[in-house]
Amino acid sequence: MVAMTADEMQAIEERFPQVFRRPLYKRFGPLVLFAGILLYLIYALWFFSLPQVLRESHWERLPLFLTQWISYDLQPEFRLDQPQITPKYPRFSALGEDPHPDWVIANANGSYTVLIDDRAKSVTFDKAEATLVANGQAVPVSLTSGKPVITGPVPDWITAHDDEIVARMGFAGEVRITVDRVKVRKRFLGWANFVFDTRSPFFGKSPGEVVSLLMSGPQLKPGTSNIALAADNIWNNAQWQHGDVWTKLFQTIVMAFLGTLLGGIVAFPLAFLAARNITPSGLLSQVLKRFFDFMRSVDMLIWALFFTRAFGPGPLAGSAAIFFTEIGTLGKVYSEGLENIDDKPREGIQSTGANGLLVQRYGVLPEVIPVFISQTLYQWESNTRGATIIGAVGAGGIGLKLWEAMRTNSNWANVFYMVLLVLLVVFIFDNISNFLRRRLSRTIHDYNRIQAEQG
Amino acid sequence: MTISATIRSDATRRTADSWRRQTSLRRFYTALGIGLLLIAMCTAMWFADEANAGHFFDRLPHILDFLSWLVPKDWNDVWRALFDIASPHDKGSQEFNFPLGRVYLWGGFYLPEYFELMLTTLNVALVSTFIGFVFAVPFSFIAARNLTPSPVLRLVVKRFMELLRAFPEIVIAGLFAAILSTGPVAAIIAIGLHSIGALGKLFYEINENIDMRAEEGLRAVGANWFERVRFAGLPQVLPNFMSYALLRIEINVRISTIIGAVGGGGIGEELKLSISRGFGAKTLALVLLLFTTIFLVDQFSAWLRRKLVGEQAFMMGA
Repeated sequence: MVAMTADEMQAIEERFPQVFRRPLYKRFGPLVLFAGILLYLIYALWFFSLPQVLRESHWERLPLFLTQWISYDLQPEFRLDQPQITPKYPRFSALGEDPHPDWVIANANGSYTVLIDDRAKSVTFDKAEATLVANGQAVPVSLTSGKPVITGPVPDWITAHDDEIVARMGFAGEVRITVDRVKVRKRFLGWANFVFDTRSPFFGKSPGEVVSLLMSGPQLKPGTSNIALAADNIWNNAQWQHGDVWTKLFQTIVMAFLGTLLGGIVAFPLAFLAARNITPSGLLSQVLKRFFDFMRSVDMLIWALFFTRAFGPGPLAGSAAIFFTEIGTLGKVYSEGLENIDDKPREGIQSTGANGLLVQRYGVLPEVIPVFISQTLYQWESNTRGATIIGAVGAGGIGLKLWEAMRTNSNWANVFYMVLLVLLVVFIFDNISNFLRRRLSRTIHDYNRIQAEQG
Repeated sequence: MTISATIRSDATRRTADSWRRQTSLRRFYTALGIGLLLIAMCTAMWFADEANAGHFFDRLPHILDFLSWLVPKDWNDVWRALFDIASPHDKGSQEFNFPLGRVYLWGGFYLPEYFELMLTTLNVALVSTFIGFVFAVPFSFIAARNLTPSPVLRLVVKRFMELLRAFPEIVIAGLFAAILSTGPVAAIIAIGLHSIGALGKLFYEINENIDMRAEEGLRAVGANWFERVRFAGLPQVLPNFMSYALLRIEINVRISTIIGAVGGGGIGEELKLSISRGFGAKTLALVLLLFTTIFLVDQFSAWLRRKLVGEQAFMMGA
């Protein structure tokens, strides 16, 4: 900045005393506010016992959960105390009922090799010895002495417990070795069986095979066309539950739509009776305004819980909860919109001798309708987002499904799938609502401009 | 119409005809629009009713039954539940164990359980609004077209805020509840992140409408970006920022109750339990407390906003 002399500064100070000699409370107001906020934050720190919470937190779970959003793992287990070593997969594994993955190799001498990250990270074992390979090292583990023993130095990616040896191989997976079994966890990027689950006859087929089956294959299930069968298999995919998820998503959209629209329909006539400049009686206006406040202040949560109890869980309860809250919100904004109108068109219509209803129709409505629609669209947009949360308390829609998938802490890929769908819906609805509102605000803008030009 | 009978010239008649055609076309479109909306509404109602556990017309006669459990045997129990005073109906059941929840502060002086829970919910809302405000202010200046020349930076920040706004809060709350093993702090993180996006959007729209003359003056004396934002931008927009932050507090109190009900702690959780178990007096006490608090927060915030920015605080898009 350009430097100024002391005289120049003083001259400016004398010219603008209101800037430089402000009252005490104005000068120290921000400081007091700042100190108050600081004190409050210290109190909040104590109130939520944040240091203790942070000390007891498990941040190591965060990357684990986040990788589970976009990956899945397979966990073959090999028993070493049986006459012959054979891989066993957990029930409902993503590989189907009779898996022969190419990364589990049965060697000619009876030993097995499991490729965790191709040859760079792998484990080879028979009943006497296992060899762990990772990070350019090959570590032999002897299994003959009653517990697994590593001969030589133990690298830092291996943890040797008393009866178990755990080799962590990063994102790719891990190996756990005891004397009588080898457990492997191999992680894959992506979502397993997203289209067809393991029970489907299309399971395990390449996209090309599936397409040719759909186009001209023999009927896999007699009496049903392959396309219908495939659609049914996808819709009823047991792991991803596409059908259920999409139905619930649609329920959420319906809840927001129905609640907002019904709220608007009920609030519309009430707003005319509540607006100070239109109401037939001041008392009625006051009563209605307090009614709107009441409907808004009884939280959407309370309405949701009550209606869930009254109608049972489902979108009806959610719609009703949004409907009741929206009567209050839209009633308030509608009546405020009405109070801000220009009175001249009404007077003009009144002077022609029109009755009360016609005055509203031609003197008030054209002015407020764009504003009303715009407000309603805005509420619709925000309710689409809100409907997800109230769903979680039982009011129907995807919220409950999301919450159930999350509670087990194990189904994060499904959670992510639903989150993506919710984001998509919110994004689409934001854009529709923004587009419509921009069109409307142009109408309002034009109206104001014409008004201004005409004086 | 009487006007058409008096029309003489062809040009006037053509104008009138054209006007009539346009009007009837517009009426047709309006009617079509409303008709489609009504069809959509009826379909939606039918769909919601089908998908619900209990159906509307089956349940309607029973609405009053459901309300009847709400009415306590003894109305004084509502006050007793609210202030944790022992009830004569207490026979060891959870329905009337009011004094059990007392939070002793010092000596015999205690905070009733529900006030403590309400305080938790309020604190969650306040702290998360604070977090949202602190991060939204710098983001909003970076996202404003008139203050930040780089379109790439603007786009990145805007998209990021959009993502924060649209991401379902319960997922973030659930994720952090698993990490922190406590509800309220997870709720703060979830609502705070959402607030960054929500406030940031409103803020940058304000920033884009500021009077740029002060900024030009500062630019002329060679002020850098921070100085321009601090001395030209901030003083103009701060009252509006505060007004929106206050509005956000109102919204966040509501969200924090809901997040509470799905495991975030606070009064929402207690209310959900109380309703699902059918505890009349407790439910009424909780609803009364929640209603009064939200009403007071709304009124206080409205009063403060009116002082800050005048009637403008209540214009559309708020």
